[in-house]
Amino acid sequence: MTPRQRRMTLVAGILAGVTVAGALALSAFRQNVTFFFDPSQVASGKVPPGERFRLGGMVTEGSLHRVPGSLEVQFVVTDFAHEIPVVYAGVLPDLFREGAGVVAHGRLRADGTFVADEVLAKHDEKYMPPEVARSLKRRNGESRAAPLPSGTAGVNPAGG
Amino acid sequence: MSWTWFHRLGSPPYVYGLARRLTPWFAWGAGLLLLCGLYGGLVLAPPDYRQGNDFRIIYVHAPSAWMSLMVYTTMAVAAAVGLIWRMKVAHAVAASCATIGASFTFAALVTGSLWGVRMWGTWWEWDPRLTSELILLFLYLGYMGLRAAIEDTQRADRASGLLAVVGVVNVPIIHYSVVWWNSLHQAPSVMRLGKPTMPPAMLLPLLIMLAGFTLLFAALLLVRLRGEILNRERTAAWIREALEA
Repeated sequence: MTPRQRRMTLVAGILAGVTVAGALALSAFRQNVTFFFDPSQVASGKVPPGERFRLGGMVTEGSLHRVPGSLEVQFVVTDFAHEIPVVYAGVLPDLFREGAGVVAHGRLRADGTFVADEVLAKHDEKYMPPEVARSLKRRNGESRAAPLPSGTAGVNPAGG
Repeated sequence: MSWTWFHRLGSPPYVYGLARRLTPWFAWGAGLLLLCGLYGGLVLAPPDYRQGNDFRIIYVHAPSAWMSLMVYTTMAVAAAVGLIWRMKVAHAVAASCATIGASFTFAALVTGSLWGVRMWGTWWEWDPRLTSELILLFLYLGYMGLRAAIEDTQRADRASGLLAVVGVVNVPIIHYSVVWWNSLHQAPSVMRLGKPTMPPAMLLPLLIMLAGFTLLFAALLLVRLRGEILNRERTAAWIREALEA
């Protein structure tokens, strides 16, 4: 083996080792590190009780209610399998709307209501001009206006 | 197959001359593409149905983020070539990449933050995509710091080269972070399997900007590479001839 081949093997070996170590670490993280839990994960008890966590999903159409005379809002977050009611007092971000993705940070109350102290709008990866969105909406009817963003769909189990 | 082209790339005077000749082509190409891309993106492209005109920051944000990954990959490949073939010019390329890559990463983080505060409602979240991109910035800064800390060029090359090679595992992690984990950051719109989730009128300026950013990187890299080679070869005889020519 020439010195150059030995160095090549060494660099390839280091890269392979780091890749394997990284893959192992990531697969361990996958179960523990999750930016948000979806309603199905909450329903199946994946969230430690009493702890602050982030709840992610879609805002159910027609579920948004504002309490008159205050900043308080109520809405329902769904992953189309389970639903969780959310209460929040504060300013909602620009992209927040019914039928769109949302990530709320807060705590689950004993009655199953999620009390949020921070609400973030999750943007999906779709971009289109307003005219196209309007004609799409007209064709699909008003009920299913927004497409389902990936990442909030309830089909990926265990935070995968 | 002849390897003379590869051996010639190991010669500092040859690469110095090549870089000097190629720089204007890349620089003018980059300027032209960036002008076209900005006009297309900021004037011609329609506003987004939900984000309005705010979406236009994508024309700087997405190319910066892509370049942050592309520059790191270039740096790691150059460092590996330098380590394996003991090629000084390859180490010089890797060293020249670091500042440029760190700048693109910083631009991606800042533009993303500006967009995030308007759209998500937050400047920063410890989301997998944002966190892994921040780690990339620290990798670049660590690489630069390590180089600066070692006086002997050859030892600096080897130590920082290993760091560059090891850090390359972060590149696929950044790209797939939005797929593997639940994240606040949206999934890819363009770099994905299947069709882009964007109409051609929005997509075309974005691709032009990406090409412009790539040429800009090439031009900046060649300028920095010449400086790097001059610094390394400052005692060599060919330098005086090259500077007088």
